[in-house]
Amino acid sequence: MIRKLGEKEGKPLPISEASFPAPFDAGLEYAAPARGTWNIAHTGMLVPEAHEIFVCAQGCLRGVVLTAAEMGASERFSTVAVRENNVLDGDLENLLVEGVTDILEKLPSLPPAVLVYTSCVHHFMGTDLTLAYGELGRRFPSVRFTDCYMNPIMRKSGLTPDQLMRRQLYSLLDPKEHDPKTVLSVGGDFAVEEGDFTALLRENGFRHSEIQQAKTFSEYLELARAAFALTTQPAAIPAGKMLAEKHGMKHLHLPFSFDADEIEAQYEKLCAALGIPVPDWSQNRAECEAAMREAKRVIGDVPVVIDYTAFSRPLSLARLLLKHGFRVKRIYADSFTGEEKEDFEALKHEAPQLMIWPTVHPSMRVMPRDGDPRTLAVGQKAAYFTSSPHFVNVVENGGLWGFDAVIRTAELMTEAFLEEKDTRGLIGIKGWGCGLCQ
Amino acid sequence: MSVKQTARIISTYAGDTSGVASALFELGGMTVMHDASGCNSTYNTHDEPRWYDHDSLVFISALTEVEAMLGDDEKLIGDVVKAARELKPAFVAIAGTPIPMMTGVDFAAVARQIEDRTGIPSFGFDTNGMRSYVWGASAALAAVAERFVTVQDNQGTVQKGIPVNLLGLTPLDFSVLGADAAMKDLLEANGFSVLSRWAMGSSLDELKKSASAAVNLVVSGAGMGAAKVLKERFGTPYVVGTPVGDRYAEELFSLLRKSADDGECRVIGIGESDARRVVIGEGVTACSLARALTLESGVPTRAVSATDTDPLLTASGCPMAVDEDDLAPLLKNAETVIADPLYRPIVPKTARFVPLPHEGFSGRMFRRDIPDLIRDFNKFRKEFDL
Repeated sequence: MIRKLGEKEGKPLPISEASFPAPFDAGLEYAAPARGTWNIAHTGMLVPEAHEIFVCAQGCLRGVVLTAAEMGASERFSTVAVRENNVLDGDLENLLVEGVTDILEKLPSLPPAVLVYTSCVHHFMGTDLTLAYGELGRRFPSVRFTDCYMNPIMRKSGLTPDQLMRRQLYSLLDPKEHDPKTVLSVGGDFAVEEGDFTALLRENGFRHSEIQQAKTFSEYLELARAAFALTTQPAAIPAGKMLAEKHGMKHLHLPFSFDADEIEAQYEKLCAALGIPVPDWSQNRAECEAAMREAKRVIGDVPVVIDYTAFSRPLSLARLLLKHGFRVKRIYADSFTGEEKEDFEALKHEAPQLMIWPTVHPSMRVMPRDGDPRTLAVGQKAAYFTSSPHFVNVVENGGLWGFDAVIRTAELMTEAFLEEKDTRGLIGIKGWGCGLCQ
Repeated sequence: MSVKQTARIISTYAGDTSGVASALFELGGMTVMHDASGCNSTYNTHDEPRWYDHDSLVFISALTEVEAMLGDDEKLIGDVVKAARELKPAFVAIAGTPIPMMTGVDFAAVARQIEDRTGIPSFGFDTNGMRSYVWGASAALAAVAERFVTVQDNQGTVQKGIPVNLLGLTPLDFSVLGADAAMKDLLEANGFSVLSRWAMGSSLDELKKSASAAVNLVVSGAGMGAAKVLKERFGTPYVVGTPVGDRYAEELFSLLRKSADDGECRVIGIGESDARRVVIGEGVTACSLARALTLESGVPTRAVSATDTDPLLTASGCPMAVDEDDLAPLLKNAETVIADPLYRPIVPKTARFVPLPHEGFSGRMFRRDIPDLIRDFNKFRKEFDL
């Protein structure tokens, strides 16, 4: 087996010795029992009134069936089981068409849209999905079908299932005349929290829209009126690109960050695109500083550990905290996105002893999880690996962006320090914040 | 065309790959699911209630498209060997998923390679994610029976009763609420000596001594494979049934004594085929409950097996129905349906529904409501007026 230069065995290592973007060698993988991040079944449910149909092998169906059941959405979820005979007979197109037809005929009423999820098996069998979706469209002209994918075998080639899912969320939209004063936030699991971003839009006469606001399928279709598509995390970029290509929206990718200069630069880019004046952010910057100072005053010198599931920029957060005197000891991450490159290189010099820990390496299964009981963990996996009841329970940026992300994170860390949480109970919940999941 | 593979609303049983991992979980080995992603989180979220508290070694291979296309088994073998050398498991088990089935991975050969390089006993299972956990668990326990059980020197060992093994105890059928200990206590109170529990509550060393039993009790479908291997290798007869309810348990114990004496295998527990009270679930446990309810209440009760079912059971009259379309006609005239709560939407509105949560179907959702039918059968009957 060939190993890339710089890759290390699964032992924790100081960032000064780590390679970018994947510090550890790839091999067998372990899954820690932290379940807060959303899966494709959770995300698909963001399309209001849509019905999900998964066409997969039984073992693959199990996780998403129970995802839907646990979120109380079984009425919007059905399955078609792919069996050995279908693989041997090569009748996957027929199974897909007849299976989906059978389900739709059994529903109390036809949904406006159906998200059909095919699997690795379809990919490897070369299933003619165009033919299948064409036939379904003929049989159910009032239903909009879209192709979604549960094919994790593709996670390292081309678009990942996560990226595809976030893109397909918007695939049911028809092009509409744009409202030049509407900005669409794209590809996040959570509604954007009210803060400096939404205030900026409002004060300049812009409307903010996002899929989480749509309560009906008709409202969902109105998302196409936005003139601007805004993404803030890498997994959403293909969605933004699709909206630009198919709907003519102007796509802006403004990466989530904890760095005030970077946030301000993102705002400059946004303001330039919207044609509005750049505000004076000095007050916001001062508030961020004050929030960080106050959090440090309360939290003191307890060890801080951060994982990649809480925020898409764990290294950006680590730099911010280290600059404010926090004792950041560990980052739990198996790889980093390209957006973290600058922070990674900077931390090599600013905090060379900051330890990078893997989360999926087999050794993590037996690694002692009895660290300093006061440890403040940011993220569910960090909480699990340190057995800490003091943790920030956020996944996938939690709807935060801009200067408010800094202020809110400081508040959440303070709350986590002051109040213990039921770590085991909370991190086991699938799809944290997905409405009915908690 | 009638499509029999759809589920408009009901759940799906745990898959065969999870069955392998579940059956072997407590035995000190390392199970690797040859899968890209997804099997691990599904298994440890919905199929494995012991995951948080026990550091059993269960991993995925993180198979990629390129490795599958190129048939790169060496990547799998190398990664498993490396992890096995570091973690030193008692054995290695490799379980397949849909894509390895399609690319024709030879799991027996992969296991042989791993064993040759590490010296650690290794198994390969051609699971494909398209069958239920019963198939996988049964195959896994059969492999343990084939490979590890040996004739022991029992000289000087005094048994307090008829020595028996309990085969097919997995959390997917019995959860983790104490049914394994309850079953052991019940048998020992009735003149048996429980040598081992496959595979909940016993170590691999205890399982290795199973050849000393006079008879095996198969308490779920997961135990069928091991029962047949132990019969083949050591001539140990088996009786199929879960000891629920006083009268049915007594029937089973009587048959266990008879089988221990004459060496014949026996399958009992089939409910009456025209009964209007129906139990849906895993074949052996559902048939046993149906029979127990019939005996205790006098109301005829039948069972429907909704998982992979051994031909011995189906031949004895336990119908198998997996899909909604297959189940519907069997429930059409039912007055009472006893099943996991996630079956409720397809039960006719004219029938009374009695919830009986089943870890293998609804996972952790109703775990706190799962009754221990070994100890609390009468309480269950009373609660639901059965």
